[in-house]
This record gives sequence, C-alpha cells and structure tokens, in this order.
Amino acid sequence: MPNQALGQLGDALLFAAVVVYALAMLGFAGEQASRKARRAVTAVRAESKVLLGAGGPPVLVPEETVTVERPSRAGRFALALTLCGWFIHVTSLVIRGFAAHRVPWGNMYEFSSAAALVAVTFFLVLVARGTVERGLGAFVMLPVVLYLGLAASVLYTAAGPLVPALNSYWIKIHVAAAVTASGSFLLSGVVALLYLLRSRYDDRLADRQQPRFPVSLGAQLPPAAVLDRVSYSIIAFAFPVWTFAVIAGAIWAESAWGRYWGWDPKETWSFITWVLYAGYLHARATAGWKGRKAAWVAVAAAGALIIDYYVVNIFVVGLHSYA
Amino acid sequence: MTIQSDEEASRLSTQPKPVGQTRRGDPLGPLRMGWRQLTSMRTALLLLFLLALASVPGGFLPQRRLNPLRVTQYIGTHQTLGPLMDRLYLFDVFSSPWFSAIYLLLFISLVGCLLPRTRLHLRAMRTKPPKVPRSVAKLPVSDRWETTQSTDEVMARAKASLRGWRLVRRDHELSAERGYLRETGNLVFHVSLVVLLIGIALGAFGGFKGTVLVVDGKGFSNTIASYDDLQPGRRFSPSSLVPFSVQLDAFEATYAPDGKALTFDAHVHWARLGGVSKAYDVRVNHPLVVGAAKTYLIGHGYAPHIVVRDSTGQVVDDRLVPCLPQTPEFLSTCVIKEPNTTGQQFGFRAFFTPTTITDAEGRVGSSFPGLKNPVLTLTAFVGDLGVDGGTPQSVYSLDTTAMKRVDTQAHALLPGQTYRLPGGASLTYVDTQQWATFQVTQDPGKIVALIAAVGMVGGLLLSLFVRRRRLWVRVGVAEGGPTTVEVGGLARTDAERFADEFAGIVTQMRTTTVRE
Ligand code: HEM
Repeated sequence: MPNQALGQLGDALLFAAVVVYALAMLGFAGEQASRKARRAVTAVRAESKVLLGAGGPPVLVPEETVTVERPSRAGRFALALTLCGWFIHVTSLVIRGFAAHRVPWGNMYEFSSAAALVAVTFFLVLVARGTVERGLGAFVMLPVVLYLGLAASVLYTAAGPLVPALNSYWIKIHVAAAVTASGSFLLSGVVALLYLLRSRYDDRLADRQQPRFPVSLGAQLPPAAVLDRVSYSIIAFAFPVWTFAVIAGAIWAESAWGRYWGWDPKETWSFITWVLYAGYLHARATAGWKGRKAAWVAVAAAGALIIDYYVVNIFVVGLHSYA
Repeated sequence: MTIQSDEEASRLSTQPKPVGQTRRGDPLGPLRMGWRQLTSMRTALLLLFLLALASVPGGFLPQRRLNPLRVTQYIGTHQTLGPLMDRLYLFDVFSSPWFSAIYLLLFISLVGCLLPRTRLHLRAMRTKPPKVPRSVAKLPVSDRWETTQSTDEVMARAKASLRGWRLVRRDHELSAERGYLRETGNLVFHVSLVVLLIGIALGAFGGFKGTVLVVDGKGFSNTIASYDDLQPGRRFSPSSLVPFSVQLDAFEATYAPDGKALTFDAHVHWARLGGVSKAYDVRVNHPLVVGAAKTYLIGHGYAPHIVVRDSTGQVVDDRLVPCLPQTPEFLSTCVIKEPNTTGQQFGFRAFFTPTTITDAEGRVGSSFPGLKNPVLTLTAFVGDLGVDGGTPQSVYSLDTTAMKRVDTQAHALLPGQTYRLPGGASLTYVDTQQWATFQVTQDPGKIVALIAAVGMVGGLLLSLFVRRRRLWVRVGVAEGGPTTVEVGGLARTDAERFADEFAGIVTQMRTTTVRE
C-alpha cells in the first residue's frame, strides 16, 4: 500500500523546489537588470561609433564585446539556488517513488515534475559546459516555475499504485525516455522562442529602430546564433530519445493491447510531434528554411508535445486516458 | 576547374542540390524537372508538414477503427456537419485517400531521394578525400606557420597527428577526412523508414485480429467462425491461422479500496490441435503466445448465472449471461431472451450491479467495481421477441415493439432468489460468474517493423552524433627559405567543437614539428 505520509513529504519538497527556483529566477533577473544599466552606457558608446563610420553601412558593435563583466553576486547566488532547487526536486521525486513503491512517473503530475527536472538538468549542464551564459536562467526558470506550479495545483494526484495496463517494466523504459525527451523538447521550445525574440531584436537594431517590449528583452539574451545552435543541439539530443520512446511505447502497446500501433489519440499526437521534429531537422538543412522558419517549426513541435500530454490526456477519450 | 573542385571540397553530404533550371530543348525536361522537384529537400519538408497536418483531425475526432460507437454518437449530435465530415473521411483519417496520398508521395520522394544519395555515398566512401582547396586561408578554420623541416618530415608529423582519419597525400598536399558514418547513419535511418512501411503493409495485408467474449468455463478456438468480431487483412488466408483452443477457467480481478483496478487475471487452459492442455495466466502485458498467434486479455465483466423455467416448471435456459459494463463501477446491462418456451415468448432487460446502492428515489446503482453486494434488477416483457423473422439480432438488445411489459416496477434479485412471472414461468439468479474478452492477433510484419525500428534509432544516433569533417595540409617550399605549412578545415556540423579539435590537431602538429 502506498505510504501517504511519505507521499506528502515528497509533495512538500516539490513545493519547496518551486519556491527555490522562483527565488533563483529573481536572482537571475536581478543580475540582468544590473547589467542592463551598464549596457545603457555601452549603447551610447556604440551609437557614437556608428556616427563615426559615416558613409559605409552602420556598424553596430556587438555589446557583448564591449561590456566587461564583473562576476555578479546575484547571478552566482541564483545559480547556487538553482542547484539547491535541483537537489530538492530530485529528492522529492525519489521520495515519491518510495511512497508509491514504483518509478515516480506514473501520472501526469509526476510526469510533469520529472520533465521539468530534465529541463533544469539540461540547463545546468549547458551552463556548466559554457555553452550558454547563466543569465539565460531568468528566461528558463520562469516557464519551469509556471509549469511546475500548474502541475502541482491542477494535475495533483496523491501517490498510489498504477492501473494494471501500466504495470509493466516497459513503463519504466518507455516513460523514462518520454520524460527525458519531453523535458528537453520543452526547453528547446523555450530557447527557440528566445531565438525568435533575439533575432527580431537584431532586425530592429539593424533597421535603426528602438525595439519595444517584449522585443527589447532581446538585449538580455545571448546572440541569435548561440540560441539557434543551443536549440538545435537540444533537439538533436532529444529526437533519437523520443524516437526510442515511441518505439518502446509501441512494444509496450503490443504486449498490453495486442497491436503495436493503433492511432489512439495519444499515439497520433506522438506521431505528429515526431514528424514535426523531423521537419525541424530537415528545415535546418534546407535552403530558405534555416533560421527563423526552422525555429517556428521547433515551437510548433513543442506545441504538439504539449497537446500530446495535456490536451489529449484530459479531453480526448482514448486508451491512454488513465491519469 | 578550380572552382569546381573547391565546391566538391566543401560538399560534405549527399543532400540533394536545390532544384535549378534544366537545359533548354531537352524533350524530357519538364518530366525531369518534376522528378527533381518531387525528390528535393523542399518537397520532402512540405510533405512532412502535410503529413503532420493531415494527422491532426485523427488526433481530435473519434475514429471509426478505434471507436465506431463514438463516431455514430458524434454524427448524431452534429446533424449537419457530421455527415459532411464523414464524407471527407474525417472519421477514417488514417485510411483516407488524402492521408494515403501524402504518405505515398512522401515515400516515393524518399526512395527517389535515397537511390542517388546511396550511390553518391558509396562512391564517396571509395574515392579519396578531395584535393586541397585553392585558398586554404579562406576555409572556416585555418592556420599557417613556418618551419625548417623538410616536406616529408612535415607530412610524417601531420599523418601522425591525424590518426583515425582517411588520408591521401598528393605531392606537397595532404587531404584528410573522417566521419563517413554520419552519412551512413542518415541513409540507414531513411532506408529503415521504408522498411518500416513494408512491415506495416505486411501486417495490414497478411495479418488478422479477432475478438471473442468468453464466460467462465467456456472457451474458443482460433478459427474464423469463433470470433465475435474479425478484422482480417486484405490478403489474409484462413489457412494461416495457428490451430489452438483456449478455455477460460476463471477470470479474477482485484481492486484497491477506492475502486482502482489492481490486477486482472484470466486463468485459462490452452492446447494446440490434438495436443495436451496446459494452464496459463493471461494478464494485461502478459499475452498467451502460441506460434505466430498472440492472445491478449482486453476486457472483462460480470456474467450472472441464471436458470429459467417455463410455466410447466421445465428448465428452458441455464447459462451465464454476459452483462456489459456501463460505468467504472461496473453498473452493467444485459438482455435475456427466451424464445424456446412452450407458451408465450418472454424476455428481460437487466441491470447488474456488483456493489449495489439505492438512492433516495429507489434508483439502483453500483458504488464499487468488486463483487460485494450483487443485485440483478430485471424488467420482464412478454410477446413476440422478433427473433424468428430471420433478421439477425444482437444478443445485447431487446426489441420490445411487439412485447408487453409485465410489471410496472423492475424486480431486484439477490443471488439465490427467483422472479416468478404471472403466467407461471420463473427466472432464478443462481450466482455470479465473470467473462473476459480475448483478442487474438497474427501479424507477419511485426518482426520487420521491429528490425526497422532498431535501424531507425541506430541510424539516427550515428547521423546526429558523428561529425563529418575534412582537413587539408599544404606545404610550401621556397628556394632556400623556410617551409611554410598551411592547414585548413571544414566541418558540416558543430563548427565550435570542430574549431577546438582543429586547434588541438594543429598544436600537436606544430609541437611535434618543432621539437627536433
Ligand atoms: C519519410 C519521411 C522522412 C522522415 C521522417 C525524415 C526524417 C529525417 C530526420 C529525422 C533527419 C535528421 C537526422 C539525420 O540527419 O539523419 C533527416 C535528415 C535528412 N533527410 Fe530526411 N526524412 C524523411 C524523408 C526525406 C526525404 C524524402 C528526403 C529527400 C529529399 C530526405 C533527405 C534528408 C537529408 C538530405 C537529410 C540530412 C540533412 C542534413 O544535411 O543534415 N529525407 N531526415
């Protein structure tokens, strides 16, 4: 029988993790704000350079090269908080698993929590490897906090056993892969949106317009090329994992329902998601589709993923409506 | 000429070139153009998007293959739009002509794209890495230094630093390439997609799926006649049915206190034709496998045991009546028809409730799926059942147009109790057994699809994580002067990682070069 007290401890820890993440988000935002003040100065300097280069095309000095960053205390503190939140988050999932005597990804609440954990993990890895600046944290932690908050309030399910169809070792494999891919895809969707924002910001500057909110947020973001590359590498990682998850799901369906594929709504949306990500990978290799169009495909694919998990589970009747 | 080879040097994939103009005056021009258009990246991309878009209605609307009842309901509630949507195949999306057209075009495009790419790749694997481009300095990464060593010494050092690369030396030039597996993986992935489609087609043509409902103590055999519902493939031959039979000894379910199902077990005995019978426990995720046939447990419910006597006291019916569950708590409905009586025909509409509750208005319901307090509630009818006219009737519905209701009140029976009709006939509810539905499938394409799936994942991993890259070294010897070494490189993906790798190789070349 599930251990209710332990289950409640797991829930409390998840709540704590969300609070810590929210604080981290504020820290990252604080760091950005103090940087913005310094940037205002550099922007003026850049403007004067443009005037000097009269005749030729305006040369905007990339701000990153001008600003000399002092390691900000707020930023480092925020990163430490994120790490703390991550540990609490991991603990909450482990405890949940012990409370329910099974892997902690058996319903939508647990699934969302695990997917968010994957996204945060990925972000921390990218920062540790120096692929992105930690400043991106403000933009990453906001959706994570919202997503977890939504999961814990709307999708909440007490720790309990699984319905018989889910009681298979394939669930561990299939859902673990699906969680990993989904968390990564959701992160890549956020990064793709940030890319779109930043590239619009760059366009405005190139047209010598003053970007307005929210495009003005682009100033806080890494260069467009970096965002583009990051969202690609996340998808390149997640796509084979998703492919494997869908295949493992088919093998599981074969042993549970007697057919490996039946166009159940859940299967259909997994397929749509898969095809859209295949489309993204193609788009990046096709002239005329690189860049912004490809980023829109990545956003659409993440949208299909969200439909797959939330809209289908809640509103569409099918074999998968178990949670 | 040089431009040509420079272009060749930078081509690191077999990706089709963008479609350009054909030569004028070519009689096959438009055809050739059309084919190149169909097999271009742009068309593949478009068809992929169309495929995703075409699947969307299938992800929201009820589909006939999955749930015919809900399709009928949907059309019923959408009187005007429903039939129109039906004519547009919106309830049969995945077998619709437009969906088929899209995926067939996509696969034609895929095959048309794969053939030349495979040829190109096979050639690339046999040919030597291309010549050093005219201007090494213009490559994405490059370096240049001077040394006192001879050309041969420099070459030897360079070769030593490029272990694992495919190398070719042409006089004072060295060309290196590695990461061919990327393209191999990409081709394996795309070929696997075609194989997957073949596997699916094999199943759809030669496979079969049959469902049968069995009450405790009864059984079925794997023959076409014994299935309640049969979905044979278009080329399915009954002779490929694996001969075996299954008997359901007892079905067993357990539930958590909140009514959530915990376990389902169908305890069966099965035997091949003429073979000894063996016990097996068919569970969800634990099918019975006999040769190519797999038997799954896909549903269950209650079957009250009833005994019916006619007015003379003669037993006219003694069997288990399967009741179909209507709610998660297994409020179930069934129909009992008695056409073979001496007097008037009679029939019953029945509610079965495993854990019975009665609300304030006397309505019966069930509060739990397990068997705690079973009640069989009957409404009796006498008259003509309409079963003799020859039109087939469902055993789950009672046509009461030519019948008269016996009582104004429904009659509730506990196990062991008897309902006596005015004419003297009676129905006894003896006890409660269960039924299970089994689905038997044979899918000859399954193994092909599985092989394709392995190929897809393997191919993808190679294709996304192996990096294809080229590196060139040119050694210039000036009369009397120092030797100049120019190194340049080009990578198809992940330019940043390649820049690091390149810097590492150059450092190695330079340090080993300078050490003497
Ligand atoms: C059946 C539908 C298709 C699917 C699901 C699909 C999927 C994919 C995926 C996931 C990739 C990225 C991984 C990799 O590099 O191997 C890819 C790459 C590629 N696909 Fe497809 N593909 C399909 C059809 C086609 C067709 C019809 C063509 C021919 C025009 C094609 C040409 C390519 C090429 C050239 C690449 C490599 C792109 C690059 O240069 O990076 N694919 N495909």
